[in-house]
Amino acid sequence: MSTEPGIGRDEWVARSEERRQRGGFFGPGADLFMRLPWWLRWGTFVLVIALIPVLSSSGYVQRVAFDTLLYMLLALGLNVVVGWGGLLDLGYVAFYGFGAYLYAWLDSAQFDIHLPTLLAIPTVVAATAILGLLVGLPSRRLSGDYLAIVTLFFLQAFLTIMINGNSIFGVNLTNGANGIAGVDPISFFGHRLPVAHLGVFNIWYLYVALAFFVVVLVALRFVNDSRTGRAWRALREDPLAAELMSMPVNRLKLMAFMFGAATAGLTGALFVSLNAGVFPESFALPLLITIYAMVILGGAGSQAGVVLGAILVNVMLEVLRSPQHSRWVFYAAVLAALLGIVRPWKWLAVVLAGTVAFGFAVREVAHAIHPAWTAGATQGTDSVGRLIGHWVAVPTTLGSGKVIAYVALIAAILALTQLKGVKRMLWMIPTLYLGAFVWENVLAQKPEVTRFVLLGALLVGVMTTRPQGILGSARVEIV
Amino acid sequence: MSNLVQFLVNGLTLGSVYALVALGYSMVYGILKLLNFAHGDVYMIGAYIGFGVLTAMGGAQNPAISIWLVLVVMFVVAMVGCAGLGVAIERFAYRPLRNAPRIAPLISALGVSFFLEYSAQLLFGASHRQYDAFSFGGGALFFKGINWGPLHVPLLRIIIIVSAFALMIALMLLVNRTRIGKAMRATSYDREAASMMGIDVDRVITITFIIGSALAGAAGVMFALRADASPLMGFNAGLKGFTAAVIGGIGSIPGAMLGGLLLGLFEALTQGYLSGRWSDLFVFAILIVMMIVRPTGLLGKADIKKV
Repeated sequence: MSTEPGIGRDEWVARSEERRQRGGFFGPGADLFMRLPWWLRWGTFVLVIALIPVLSSSGYVQRVAFDTLLYMLLALGLNVVVGWGGLLDLGYVAFYGFGAYLYAWLDSAQFDIHLPTLLAIPTVVAATAILGLLVGLPSRRLSGDYLAIVTLFFLQAFLTIMINGNSIFGVNLTNGANGIAGVDPISFFGHRLPVAHLGVFNIWYLYVALAFFVVVLVALRFVNDSRTGRAWRALREDPLAAELMSMPVNRLKLMAFMFGAATAGLTGALFVSLNAGVFPESFALPLLITIYAMVILGGAGSQAGVVLGAILVNVMLEVLRSPQHSRWVFYAAVLAALLGIVRPWKWLAVVLAGTVAFGFAVREVAHAIHPAWTAGATQGTDSVGRLIGHWVAVPTTLGSGKVIAYVALIAAILALTQLKGVKRMLWMIPTLYLGAFVWENVLAQKPEVTRFVLLGALLVGVMTTRPQGILGSARVEIV
Repeated sequence: MSNLVQFLVNGLTLGSVYALVALGYSMVYGILKLLNFAHGDVYMIGAYIGFGVLTAMGGAQNPAISIWLVLVVMFVVAMVGCAGLGVAIERFAYRPLRNAPRIAPLISALGVSFFLEYSAQLLFGASHRQYDAFSFGGGALFFKGINWGPLHVPLLRIIIIVSAFALMIALMLLVNRTRIGKAMRATSYDREAASMMGIDVDRVITITFIIGSALAGAAGVMFALRADASPLMGFNAGLKGFTAAVIGGIGSIPGAMLGGLLLGLFEALTQGYLSGRWSDLFVFAILIVMMIVRPTGLLGKADIKKV
């Protein structure tokens, strides 16, 4: 965020960030970093990613880095629509899917077309942009809600077509739910880039994705700094005023929409070229929510923010795959949240000690009433898990107690947001224990589902407490 | 011919469910100008509450009390539970964002919707839950009913249609004849002016959510009686309910009813005569056509803004 006043930003607004004092341990370092020119900051970031193969030879890490790059690209594209244009595009994933399918059609045995990558990718990008235009057109006024529902319906329609696309007027377009397999790998000037090299992830794909990331990042950044970008911001802040300034409101909205769709299409092509196949289930709601969580958490409107959001969310989702790691993340996140919320710090000690004591007491009481209530085992076999098993009551079977505990936890957390002062601190103790109980007994049992529960909660939590996300700039309103 | 009548009856049943869902969308939109994405998931939770009540009372095979009484209790508990859920959603996810930019509550609603969908999957599993409506009173819901020549209208459909219409009539009376209904109409007309006239807007909004969510809960039980309950059922119903609200004119209560019934009939006819696989696409096409031809809907009034 520049501190220079510009068009639409007077000095007071431009310096609003500066007035907020940057404190804390990392404050001075962050200040220094922010003083670097933007290309140097991003250059550092790109360099770190480029060095990943040096830092870790694990194919898994490299593969996760590639996926994260794709998410970053998707988040950058969605940022254009949501962050800059202020439009809610819920069909975003369908554009990603369309790009993937189109690339698969242009480069596989499905129709026996094998275009060179350098021709296929521009075709995909252009076609996706046109599709974005077509989807945006009917909701002529493109007011937030109508656009949201039309695009959401579009996503549903896209999935319907792809799943039932094995016989459209007798033509097998998509192979239905089986998807299209055997898509060609990327090839430059006749030189093919195999997907896997000696059975592990081919590192060149990371660099191809990184190259596209840099191109998209810089291109979108220039667009945002151009006349169009300024118009988008004006539009987002006040469509009526923008229209009165004779800005072509509808055209601007459609443009934002098209830029977003084109980025998604490009990412879809990269996705399918590495995975060598494409299936309709990859483009359903969970992916949409994941990308939204990235953009919202990082801060809609800030490129650095959405990239950070993509990294945080994707790493979180990866870690949540295994029960041991996810346990670490869960308790660490709770502890971090407590560090942030509980002041003064002597209360933190009270809350933590209280929770531990409360836990042992509850477990003993439960054990005395019915031994089976504490006879279960926690997920995973590591020592921390066993230690926690001595603290949290884990019944052998929970049955409908699962639902009761879950609902009680939500109610307790919601009540927590309404309490103040000492009452709040005291209420935290049973809430924390209940949280641990639900985590060990319900959430840790189904990590695949828990990930998405947490993403949904994350969206609501971020929106209601810090709508600008981590790095987004707060709206400074002059009344 | 008897096919056509059968499709019409099916459409009317489906349409009553859509109409109840559409009412919740339309009322909330009328008052808050907010598209409540979580509404479809409230409907889904209603279906699960009905299932929970049924199981707690011994299931459809050997219920603890008369099965008809169980049915009534299912409806009542689902409506009350959903009303509570709706109030909680409004209080914690939407109210803090009342003065935020318009996109903020929409994203929050999306988060709530997703949270509910996956919570249901976490707690009840991804599989579909059957009410086992065939066992109600030894199959009375399906084998009894009106016989009229070759045409057979099962009792279940009659119950759904009649109770949906009863709820809609009750809602019309509430909105048009009572004090709180007047306050609701005033708030939907102009929230700021209403609050200046001494109307407690927060209370009106809460009541709107209570009514809308209770109707969704009832609709959820109705739908699950016919088919089943599943975590993702709310997504589809939400899309259809919204489409119905747009067809009728969003913000208009009679419009939502009309739109729901028309959409149900349309869907039943396309499924019957064209193709079941593509029926979502036909509904989508209707939504697009409606937005191009008549964005205000059949019974909606044009939103003329003076700034």
